[in-house]
Amino acid sequence: MTVADLKKGESGIITDSSSDEIPLKLLEMGCLPGNEVELIQTAPFNDPLYLNINGSHVAIRHRIAALIQIEKADE
Amino acid sequence: MSKQINVALIGNPNTGKTSVFNALTGLKQKVSNYPGTTVDKKEGVCKLPRGLKAHIIDLPGTYSLNASSLDENVVVELLLNKTDKNYPDVAVIVTDVENLKRNLLLFTQIKDLRIPTVLVINMADLMKRRGISLNIPLLEEKLNTRIALISTRQNLGIDSLKEIINNYKSISTDPCLDTSRIDPEYFDNLKQAFPNQDLYKLWLVISQDANFGRMSRKTLDIEKFKTKSISELKRLQQKETIKRYQFINSVLKVGQTIDTTKATGLRARLDRILTHKVWGYVIFFVILLTIFQAIYDWATVPMDFIDGAFASLSHWLKTVLPAGIATNLLAEGIVPGLGGILIFIPQIAFLFLFISVLEESGYMSRVVFLMDRVMRRFGLSGKSVVPLISGTACAIPAVMATRNIENWKERLITILVVPFTTCSARLPVYLIIIALVIPEGRFLGLSYQALSLMFLYILGFGSAVFSAFLLDKVLKIQRKSYFVIEMPNYKIPLFRNVLITVVEKTKAFVFGAGKIILAISIILFVLASTGIGRQFNNADYIVRMEVAGENLSEEEIETRIASHKLEHSLIGVAGKAIEPVIQPLGYDWKIGIAIICSFAAREVFVGTLATIYSVGQDDEDTIKNRMKKEINPVSGVPLFNFASGISLLLFYAFAMQCMSTLAIVKKETNSWLWPMAQLVFMTALAYLVALIVYQFLK
Ligand SMILES: Nc1nc2c(ncn2[C@@H]2O[C@H](COP(=O)(O)OP(=O)(O)O)[C@@H](O)[C@H]2O)c(=O)[nH]1
Ligand SMILES: [Mg+2]
Repeated sequence: MTVADLKKGESGIITDSSSDEIPLKLLEMGCLPGNEVELIQTAPFNDPLYLNINGSHVAIRHRIAALIQIEKADE
Repeated sequence: MSKQINVALIGNPNTGKTSVFNALTGLKQKVSNYPGTTVDKKEGVCKLPRGLKAHIIDLPGTYSLNASSLDENVVVELLLNKTDKNYPDVAVIVTDVENLKRNLLLFTQIKDLRIPTVLVINMADLMKRRGISLNIPLLEEKLNTRIALISTRQNLGIDSLKEIINNYKSISTDPCLDTSRIDPEYFDNLKQAFPNQDLYKLWLVISQDANFGRMSRKTLDIEKFKTKSISELKRLQQKETIKRYQFINSVLKVGQTIDTTKATGLRARLDRILTHKVWGYVIFFVILLTIFQAIYDWATVPMDFIDGAFASLSHWLKTVLPAGIATNLLAEGIVPGLGGILIFIPQIAFLFLFISVLEESGYMSRVVFLMDRVMRRFGLSGKSVVPLISGTACAIPAVMATRNIENWKERLITILVVPFTTCSARLPVYLIIIALVIPEGRFLGLSYQALSLMFLYILGFGSAVFSAFLLDKVLKIQRKSYFVIEMPNYKIPLFRNVLITVVEKTKAFVFGAGKIILAISIILFVLASTGIGRQFNNADYIVRMEVAGENLSEEEIETRIASHKLEHSLIGVAGKAIEPVIQPLGYDWKIGIAIICSFAAREVFVGTLATIYSVGQDDEDTIKNRMKKEINPVSGVPLFNFASGISLLLFYAFAMQCMSTLAIVKKETNSWLWPMAQLVFMTALAYLVALIVYQFLK
């Protein structure tokens, strides 16, 4: 599953973020394997997505979110 | 000369660099541009203990040394070029205690360049509330540097920061990370080829290709080492980033503790409302309305006062100074011309005040988030909202504010359409014409005049968005689109920061426009008071012959003579020459002159009319009253009537009349094509719309 599949309030652990299309800037903000990502808010039409990635609060577009692989964090 | 050291303030956006800068330098700062760019360069001087002076530079915010925008590129270029006269003797990395982990990434990169690097942990005032505690001595040891824990908000720790900067020589320049570990073989080769170069620096120069790719100063011949593809470079950068985070995590694990039960829910609660699918938009709209209401309502009082004051000043100058050409130039040329610009100060200041509060508080990022999807439909980005809003103050900072839009097509379209938004230079034109041609009266409690103004603002936004839509269809540029925006925590803006922004921007605006206006008003005055030929030189005789039969008072005759002279002066002749072009729009030659002058800058319009109408006039009348009295020589109705007024308003709404904007667009797009396209397209559109509307209404 990917970040784009999360529902508001849910979180997951990043398993892969190595797609070439993911900007380096996002990686530098902490979007790296092993880190936690939480979906805080979505704009209308589910785009963009407002995330908390490892403590960094960022918004990214749906298309990029769909490239970040995660696995659901167990509560 | 006493010894001066270079101190560079570096850090992620929103960590408080500018606040630290302001705290260190006070108002002793200078803003200019980096050569060849429009990136703001802020410099100031700070006196350190024991007579040492520090030359401080506030660098643009950057997330890492892998530049992804022009702003970030400036930082990287400076740090890679030891011969730059601003190359720092000491780098001060400003971090935010709440985002220490991410902020430290940049710290480790800069330290690896072997520049003495001081770590500033700012916003210490928030630690208690967020449940954060730090073991500073341990962090200093692990990071191998000196740390200043400060709060610019409470003015804490600034002195100890100065002390640390003062002793910068004692700071170790050992790197945090051995970069070569990410690909030992490749780095070995590099080391052999450039034995005297720092490896990390080499790696940065090489890997910039995978990023922004606009290194202008190639210091090294590394061409033959570009053996890796962009995608391989990116992979290595990812590896490097992971290694850096491993190091940072190991440091923070022992040096920082966060009591998560204390994490406040304020941010979450505010976000729930402010980024809400419905309430978010409602609130945004209400904020916009409030801003416009404030600008219209609050600013008109001081504006009327300034208008009146300048009219009296002209009159007063004439009574106290000896009569002569110099007095006339002053009272009829310069003073009314300057009055035409100073009248803007209240509105400009208000606009910059609101914009800087919205930015400082962190709200602007929420607007970007809310608007991204909508704006994308028109070929823009959520980040275009900030330029479009700042465009209501002035298109120049707005064009510069497009710099953080990652996608070139979205950025270009934003730059091209920003000049449609109603900038403050249009306001005086709007205000004076609305006052002349829109009747007083109210609709649902709102005055017709305020509604007209609001309509013009909406028209501005509307045409910007609509042209963006067209441009999106027309321009064939394919660029990978990505969009990352940080959502900073909400903050109550620091009064000092807001004040400095407002004062600085207003000053820049007034002086920038003031120079043009001064020059134009002097030229206009000279052109209006000289002439060749019988009609001008014998105006006195000719007019007296003409009116001999009518029963006019001496005063009325004088006025007639003055306007006869003006009509046959150099400017009158020039105006008459262009009259056929503008007559179909409902204007006379005086308006024509004003329009031509305002191609330098819109705000010149009122000043020009003020100068033209003042030449040869003695009475203490305001510009508005003079304009009201003008009669159209062809139709005999007041010159500023409903039809010609609306036509003028629309002309100014669409026309591209601002040389400074064109110059900035040229710089930002690096081509004359785009500014020229703007000039031609917008002006043609303005002419057409004004023509149609006038012919329809008249
Ligand atoms: N609570 C708190 N807020 C601060 C402090 N210093 C700066 N800020 C706020 O942080 C935000 C960003 O500051 P600014 O100096 O513009 O950061 P820059 O983007 O790095 O130049 C502003 O809203 C400031 O008011 C501080 O010491 N404490
Ligand atoms: Mg700043």
